[in-house]
Amino acid sequence: MRTILYLIRKEFLQIFRNKFISRAMFAVPIAQMLLLVPAVTFEIKNVRLCIIDNDLTSESRGLISKLEGSTFFKVTFSTFSENEANNLLYKNMFDLILNIPSGFGENLGTGKTGKLSVAIDAINASTAQLSWAYLNGVIRDYNRNILTKNINTIPVTLVPQIMITNRFWYNEMLNYKHYMLPGVLTLLVTVVGFLLAGLNMVREKEMGTIEQLNVTPVRKYQLIIAKMVPFLLIGLIDLSIGLIIGKLVFNIPFVGSITLLFACASIFLIAVLGLALFISTFSSTQQQFMFIAFFCMIIFMLMSGLFTPYESMPKWAQDFDMINPVAYLMKINRMVMLKGSTMHDISREVISLIVIAICSTSLAVRRYRKTA
Amino acid sequence: MKRFLGFVKKEFLHIFRDYRTLFIIFGIPIAQILIFGFAISTDVKNAGVAFLDLSKDETTQKLTDKIISSGFFKRTENLVSYNEIEDIFRKGKTKEVIIFEKNFAKKLQNEGRASISLIADGSEPNTATLVTNYTMAIISDFNTDISGIRANNPMLIQPEVKMFYNPELKSQHMFVPGVITLILILICALMTSVTITREKELGTMEVLLVSPLRPIQIILGKVVPYFLLSLINVILILVLSWLVFGLSVKGSIILLLAESMLYIMLSLSVGILISTIASSMQAAIFISLVGMMLPTILLSGFIYPIENMDDIYGYISYLLPPRYFITIIKSIMIKGTGFLYVWKETLVLLSMTVLFIGLSVKKFKVRLE
Repeated sequence: MRTILYLIRKEFLQIFRNKFISRAMFAVPIAQMLLLVPAVTFEIKNVRLCIIDNDLTSESRGLISKLEGSTFFKVTFSTFSENEANNLLYKNMFDLILNIPSGFGENLGTGKTGKLSVAIDAINASTAQLSWAYLNGVIRDYNRNILTKNINTIPVTLVPQIMITNRFWYNEMLNYKHYMLPGVLTLLVTVVGFLLAGLNMVREKEMGTIEQLNVTPVRKYQLIIAKMVPFLLIGLIDLSIGLIIGKLVFNIPFVGSITLLFACASIFLIAVLGLALFISTFSSTQQQFMFIAFFCMIIFMLMSGLFTPYESMPKWAQDFDMINPVAYLMKINRMVMLKGSTMHDISREVISLIVIAICSTSLAVRRYRKTA
Repeated sequence: MKRFLGFVKKEFLHIFRDYRTLFIIFGIPIAQILIFGFAISTDVKNAGVAFLDLSKDETTQKLTDKIISSGFFKRTENLVSYNEIEDIFRKGKTKEVIIFEKNFAKKLQNEGRASISLIADGSEPNTATLVTNYTMAIISDFNTDISGIRANNPMLIQPEVKMFYNPELKSQHMFVPGVITLILILICALMTSVTITREKELGTMEVLLVSPLRPIQIILGKVVPYFLLSLINVILILVLSWLVFGLSVKGSIILLLAESMLYIMLSLSVGILISTIASSMQAAIFISLVGMMLPTILLSGFIYPIENMDDIYGYISYLLPPRYFITIIKSIMIKGTGFLYVWKETLVLLSMTVLFIGLSVKKFKVRLE
């Protein structure tokens, strides 16, 4: 035990002697949390709209003013020429063209159908679909207004109507920061821990200083533990900094148990650090380690569930995520922080993390060779 | 010149000797294209939904069936009381609970009104919005069916929609340019900064500096192999996305490659700049991976749309080179625009490159410390 403590002390001394790394490992996560968490949102607003109103009646103006009133659309341009509009859409001056042909108001007034045409820049398919759905909603709404104004023949009570009320729990306003903070924090903790631990180990190999450790009576498992503990602590400090930023800067509630979250994060970090050390056993230079680490990290991150909902991934991807520790922590972090999930709710995830942690650490210890 | 070529050859040998380098240069783009193509979609499918049916009559049954058979949802559980909602959300599998009030069918028939409450799990805002929207659409569709409104009152306004540039609404149009942008800047910056700092850290930089090669030749020699490999990389990604997704380049391929070369140069100059700042490989790797990976993924408008960013962050994203390249590459690949439409972005990239090279030349030290 004392041996391990001495080794850990040595590691800490070594880490903090490197001025750049010892500052960057806290400064970079802080800067990125502050920068990235509020920046990213899937919520769509300010879709730039161009209007071609060749009708100029009270009906067409009514529709336009309805669109102007929504926060979703921003009317940035209006013209009478369809060519000009198409040209500017090509130049990416706006995202959507609404064309109201002449005769629209007259048709509506006489009870005939009024035709509209809409052109959407659909390079980003999901935004295009959403804008279309939204525009369609506004049009349908407007349509209903006209209907109730024009035709008062059907008494409202006779038409059965299903009233829908909806609410969002845990995040009433659908504030995107509540989603991004746990996500970005998880990724940062992963990247910092994974890279630093692996690089540290391989650097000793590359510089030859590992020999000095190998000739001592230090056991393999002691060495691996000593290499893990400092980065485990650094990871947890990064996590706490992130949570404090979340609370103080972004005012994100923390509903669940902090102890539970830190326990899960520790298991997660052991899993990730074990993996990093395992990779380091078959890399002889920092460059080689970095290549493999980069590859693993980018796949773990993309499949972690931050960029895509887990449920909509195909079966093979969901199966892959069974061995992806980042995906588990991503879920746990969000569930414990925002929903107050208890150990009972996340037991499956925790057990999986423990299994991954045991596997990766024992692989790291087994693969480590004291002989060159 | 001969000396320089010899140096470039040495660098190539360095790269090819380690199979991992090639694995990374070509493995990452391939893996990313496949992940994005087949695993990542922002759409919601099979979202878990639980029902709390307090009425249990024919109408609620019909509506439930309609919701389940739509394909968006998967029933996780049937609840019997309000108290269970909290528990089921905490387990995480259920994204939405649909509650039918008591005597639903009776009320609908007698009073003409009956209500449904939807509660969605807001901890995943995107899923929550989509799930709620889908459910509402299905319910109002059902409502129209039972009320017979469709027969009486036709929609007076008939909108007709055209999806420009991407009529089939494929998501590849977003991520293929994104992957190219991300891969080039990360790999180029990482590789260059690491090879240069490696020579410093191992002490071999001294050997190079005392050789008759001029510093600029050393740097160029380090960069040339990665320039060529990155260019091959771009072509590889384009061919792959054509073979797998049938996505072809609409505009001029030569223009696209020329722009890519400019962007590769920019990325390499970022790498050189990092290497002049970083004293060790660890520092170089830390800056180019930890420092650049997340901001590039999140702020370049590749997964998350940048149009929606609040003003300050919108401005910050103007400082990031990927933003410009992604605009250029999308315009050329998908809209088929010519140079005249992207000259502004090109100019920005060009001046950034010049700036970074200028800074590195100024900071590059010929003497050891």
